[in-house]
Amino acid sequence: MIMLDWFWIIPALPLAGFLVLTLAPSLSRATVSGMTLATSTLAAVLSASFAVALLQQGFHPFGHTRILWTWMDLEGFTPRIALYVDALSMTMVLIITGVGVLVQLYAIEYMSDDPDYQRFFAYMNLFVGAMLMLVLADNFLLLFLGWESVGLCSYLLIGFWYRDSLNGLAARKAFIVNRIGDAAMIVGLCLVFTELGTLDIQATLRRAGAEWTIGDPMAVAATVLLLGGAVGKSAQIPLQVWLPDAMAGPTPVSALIHSATMVTAGVYLIARTHALFALAPATQAVIVVIGTTTMLLAASSALVQRDIKRVFAYSTISQLGYMFMALGVGAAGAAIFHLFTHACFKALLFLVAGALMFGLHHEQDLLKMGGLRRELPLVFWAAVIGAASLSGLPFITAGFFSKDQILLQAWISPNGGPWLLIAGLFGSVLTALYSFRVVFLAFFGDKQREVTQAPGWRMTVPMGILAALSLGVGWLGWSAKAEEPSWFLRLMDTAMPVHQPYPVTEAQAGTIAFLASAAALLGVGWAYLAYMHRPAVLDAMGQSEAVRMIRQFLLRGWAFNRIYRWTVQLPFRVLARAAKVDIVDQGYERVIMHPFLRIADLNRDDVLDRVYRGLTRLVEQSAIAARRLQTGHVRWYATVLVAGALGLAGFAVLA
Amino acid sequence: MILVSLIALLMLGGLMAWGSERAGSHWPRWVTLGTAFVGLCAIGFDTIPHLGQVDPPSNPWLREYSVPWIPRFGIGLHLAMDGLSFLLIALTLLLGIVAVIASWTEITTGIGFFHFNLLWVLAGIAGVFLAMDLFLFFVFWELMLVPMYLMISIWGHERRSYAATKFFLFTQAGGLLMLISILALSIVHYRQTGVTTFDYSLLLGTSLPPQTELWLMLGFFAAFAVKLPMVPLHPWLPDAHTEAPTGGSIILAGLLLKTGAYGLLRFAIPLFPNASETFAVVAMTLGVVGILYGALLAFAQTDFKRLVAYSSVAHLGFVLLGIYAGNLHARQGAIMAMIAHGLSTGALFMIAGLLQERLHTRDMNRMGGLWPVMPKLSGVTLVFSMASLGIPGLANFIGEFLVLLGTYRVNILLAVLATIGVVGAALYSLILIQRAFHGENTEGWKVPDLGGTQFATLGAMILFSLALGLYPQPLLNAAQPGVARIQTWGDPPTTGEKPAEASDTTTSAPPGP
Repeated sequence: MIMLDWFWIIPALPLAGFLVLTLAPSLSRATVSGMTLATSTLAAVLSASFAVALLQQGFHPFGHTRILWTWMDLEGFTPRIALYVDALSMTMVLIITGVGVLVQLYAIEYMSDDPDYQRFFAYMNLFVGAMLMLVLADNFLLLFLGWESVGLCSYLLIGFWYRDSLNGLAARKAFIVNRIGDAAMIVGLCLVFTELGTLDIQATLRRAGAEWTIGDPMAVAATVLLLGGAVGKSAQIPLQVWLPDAMAGPTPVSALIHSATMVTAGVYLIARTHALFALAPATQAVIVVIGTTTMLLAASSALVQRDIKRVFAYSTISQLGYMFMALGVGAAGAAIFHLFTHACFKALLFLVAGALMFGLHHEQDLLKMGGLRRELPLVFWAAVIGAASLSGLPFITAGFFSKDQILLQAWISPNGGPWLLIAGLFGSVLTALYSFRVVFLAFFGDKQREVTQAPGWRMTVPMGILAALSLGVGWLGWSAKAEEPSWFLRLMDTAMPVHQPYPVTEAQAGTIAFLASAAALLGVGWAYLAYMHRPAVLDAMGQSEAVRMIRQFLLRGWAFNRIYRWTVQLPFRVLARAAKVDIVDQGYERVIMHPFLRIADLNRDDVLDRVYRGLTRLVEQSAIAARRLQTGHVRWYATVLVAGALGLAGFAVLA
Repeated sequence: MILVSLIALLMLGGLMAWGSERAGSHWPRWVTLGTAFVGLCAIGFDTIPHLGQVDPPSNPWLREYSVPWIPRFGIGLHLAMDGLSFLLIALTLLLGIVAVIASWTEITTGIGFFHFNLLWVLAGIAGVFLAMDLFLFFVFWELMLVPMYLMISIWGHERRSYAATKFFLFTQAGGLLMLISILALSIVHYRQTGVTTFDYSLLLGTSLPPQTELWLMLGFFAAFAVKLPMVPLHPWLPDAHTEAPTGGSIILAGLLLKTGAYGLLRFAIPLFPNASETFAVVAMTLGVVGILYGALLAFAQTDFKRLVAYSSVAHLGFVLLGIYAGNLHARQGAIMAMIAHGLSTGALFMIAGLLQERLHTRDMNRMGGLWPVMPKLSGVTLVFSMASLGIPGLANFIGEFLVLLGTYRVNILLAVLATIGVVGAALYSLILIQRAFHGENTEGWKVPDLGGTQFATLGAMILFSLALGLYPQPLLNAAQPGVARIQTWGDPPTTGEKPAEASDTTTSAPPGP
C-alpha cells in the first residue's frame, strides 16, 4: 500500500489549519471559515477514500505502520512518531473527520456572532489533529501525546468564554480530573515498558500474550492503570464528575468533543488493547461493574435535569457506560459499533440543542421551551430521529442495532449474565424515557418563548446528514443469520483478533431483539404518559418530600461532587492555605535569618557587624555609585575585579 | 583554547559593556548581546560538527585546555568540555541573550554596571560548567555568586536587600562545606599517592574508606543541594527569584540552579560513587518531596513570580530524582528536564517581568481578564504554562517521562508519588492562566501587547521547546557519552526492542481478485 505513505496528511491538515489560524493576525471570518472547511473537508474526503481503498482488500486482518520519524532512541526505549492504520483506527478516523466536518460547518453559522471566531476554529482544528494522532498512534507514548493534547483542547474550549469565571472553573475541573486518570496511565506506561521492554502497542500485545498468563498480576496491574486513564477521559465512575460541567463550552464543542469523539477515547484505548484486558479477567469484571453503575447513575440523573445540555451530557456518560459494559464482557466489536452509532445520534442531539439555543437566545432550560414543533419543524424531526436512535426504537434506528448487540453479549458472556441483561434493559427504559422527555417538553405543549432566529442551511444540512446516518448505519451491524457476525463486527475482528467469541443462537438473538424493543417502547410510552398525557400526576408527585429529595439527589448526579468537595477539595484547600507561607522557610526565618539580621542590627557598631555590614555597605555604596559613576568605590571595585581577571588571564598565558 | 577564550570573552565583554555606558545608554545592551551572541556562534560552530565524533574510552572531552596555575599545590587551569557541558554552555549563552532582551526596557539605572554583572555571572557559570580542577571550580563557583548578589541587591524589587542576604548566606554556607570537602579530598589523595593535586581526572580514582567517602560526598552534596534547590534547603530561592530583576530571575532559574544539578552529575557522583549509591534513596525521596511540596506551594501563591519560583522547586525535584535513580533513562531525563526547565521557566520569568513592567504589580489578584488586552502575551504564556505542566510535545514532558520511566524501575513507590506531582503541576499552571488572563478585567487594564523583539524571543523559545519535545534525539546524543561515564546503579537496562520487530508490522493482504 504505497498510498498509505501519505496517510500523515490527514492529521497534518487540521494541524496546519491550527498553525495558520494561530499565527496569522486577525483574519476575516470568511477566510477563517473557508480555511477550516477546506482542511476538514479534505481530511474527511481523504480518509473516506483511504477507507474505501483498504476495504477493497477484503476482510483479512491488516495493520499498516508508517514511521514518520523516531521520536527518541535511548537504551532500548525507542518510541516512534508512527501511524498505525487498521480497521479500528480507520473507523475512528472516519468518525472524527466525518463528524468533525459536519460540526465545523454547523459552527461556522452557530459561532458567527462571536468576537473570538478565529481562536475558536484554531482550537477546533488543533483538537481534530490531536484526536487523529491519538487514534493513529502506533505506540503508547504517541497515543499519550494525543491523549493529553485533546485534554488541552477540551480545557481550552470548555473555558472558551473565559470572562465568566465559572467556565474557567469547569475547564480546570475537566483538565484536572482527567489528569488524575492520566497520572495512573503514566505509571501504567512505566510498568508496561519495564515489564515488556516496549511501548509499541502491537508489540506490547504480542509480548503480553507470550509472557503473561491469564490472570497474571502484572496484566491486572497494567490494565487497571490503563483503565484509570480511560475512566477519566470517558467520564466513568469515579471520575465522571467533569463532563456535566464541561457543557459550559460552546455547543458545537459539546457535540464534537464531549459526545462524539474525545470522550470515546477511553473506549478506544481499551478496545485497542483488548488483548491485554483479555489477560486480566479481574479488570474486566471491574469494567463491567463501572460501566453498569455509571450507565444507571447517569441515565437516572438525566431524567430530572432541566438544562437540555446537561440531559445530553448525562446521556453521553450513560451511553459510554454501555460501551464499557460491552468492553467488560469482552465484546470490543460491539462497543466500537455503539461508539460509531452513538457518535452519529448524540452529535445530532447536541446540534439540535444548539439549534434550540440559537433560536431562543441561549435558553437552555427545558421547562422554558415548549411548542417548538411548528416553528422549527426541521429541528423537531432531527430531535425525534436522534431521540429514537438514542432510545433504540426497533429496526428503524441505528441505536437499536448497536444496543441490541451489547445486551446480547452482556447476557451470554461468562462475565455477564441475566442480572447484567436486566440492568441493561432497565437502562434502556430510562434512556427512552429521558430522550422523549426532552422531545415532549421542548417541542410539544404550550409555546413559551418566541423563536428569534431559525437555523440556516449550514446548521440544518449537518443535522440532516447526521439524522440520515442515525437511521441508516445500523444496518452495517445487522446480519441475516444470528450465528454469523455482522459486516461491521467482521470488520472489527480483522483489527481485534483476540476477541472472546460467544456463539449466539437464533433463539437468543430473537429474545434480545424482542426485549430491547419492548424496553425502548416502554420508555417512550412512559414518557408520553408522564409528559404528554397526564403531566398533572408528575406535578402532584413532585410535592412530596421524598420525591423532592430523590430529585435533588439525581439532579446532582448522585452527589459525587459533594463527596469530593468534602473528601478531596477541602483538605487540599486547607493544606494549600496552610502552605501559602512556606513552613520550611519559617523555620529558617526563626533559626537563621532573624537572629542573623537581629545581631547585625544590634551590633551596628560591632566588629562582627562591620565584617558583614561592611561588605553589604560596600556593595550598596558601589551600587549607588555605579549609577552615578562618580565616586571612587566603583573604580575600586572594578579595579579589584579587573585585577583578578587579569591575574587569571596572566596565569593562563604565562604558565 | 576555545574554552578559555569563551570565558575571557565574557569577562572582557563585561568590562566593555560597563565602559561603553559613556557612549550611550543602549551601548551596554548591544555590547552584551553581541558578546553572548558571538560566544554562542563560536562555541556552536566549533563544537557541533564534532558532537558525534568523540571516542569515549580514549578521550572523554570534546575540547580540553590545561595549563598549570599554582603548581605548588597541583592546581591547574584545567578546562574541559564534553557533550553535557556543551549543552549547558549553549543554554547559558542562549539565556544570556534572553536576559538582555528581557532587561532592555526594565533596567534604566546603572545600565553599564548591570550588564557587567550579567556577563560576569555568565562567565562564572560557564567556568563552573567547564572547570575540571576542583580549586578552579570553586573559584568559579564563588565568582558567579558575587555579581548575582549585586544584581539582586541593586536592581531588585521591594525586599531586595533581604533576599540578596538570604541568597548569599545559603549559598555561602553550602560553598564552605564544599570547600572543606575539596581540601579534605586533596589531602586524602596526597596521603595515598604523595601527589598534591586538585585535578578532577586525577582525583577520580581516589579510593576512600566508606565513612570518609560519605562525609566528603555530603560536603559536595550540601553545596549542590542548596543550589538545586532541594527541599528543605530551598527557602532562599522564592525570595531571590521574586526579588531579582527579570534578567536576574531568568539567569537564576535557568542557569544557576543547573549548576547544582551539573555538580551532582559531574562531581558528587563520579568522585564518590559508592557513597552516592548508598545515599541515593535519601536523595530520591527528597526529590519527590520537592516535587510535591513545590507544587503545593506554587498553587498557594498569589505573586506571579513566586508561583513560578516554587514551580522551579518542583521541576528541580524531578531532576534530583532522575540523577539519583541511577540509570541512563532517568539521568538523560534529568538532563532533558534541566534544559527544558531553563527554556520554560526562563520564559515564564521573562513574562513575569513584562507583566510587571506593564502593570507595576505581580499580584495575580489584581490581574485577570488580560487575554483580550494582550492576546499575544497571553497565548505565549499559555504555551509555557503547558510546557510547565508537562504537556507531551514540548520538551519538559520528555524529561519528566524519562525520569519517571527510570525511577519506576528502581523504586515503584517513589515513581508513583512523583507522578502525583503531575496533577499538582496542572493545578498550579492552570490557576496561573486563570488568575492572570482569564476572568473579568476588573481593574480595567489597558496596556500594550508584546513588542516585536519580545515576541520573537519568546517565539524562538517555543520553537526550541517544541523541537526538543518532538525530536529530542540530538540532545540525547550529545549528552550520551558524558552520561554513560557516570556510574549507574540499580537494575541493568532492559534488553529493549529488537529493531527487526519494530520495523513494519504490516501483514498486508494480497491484492483483491
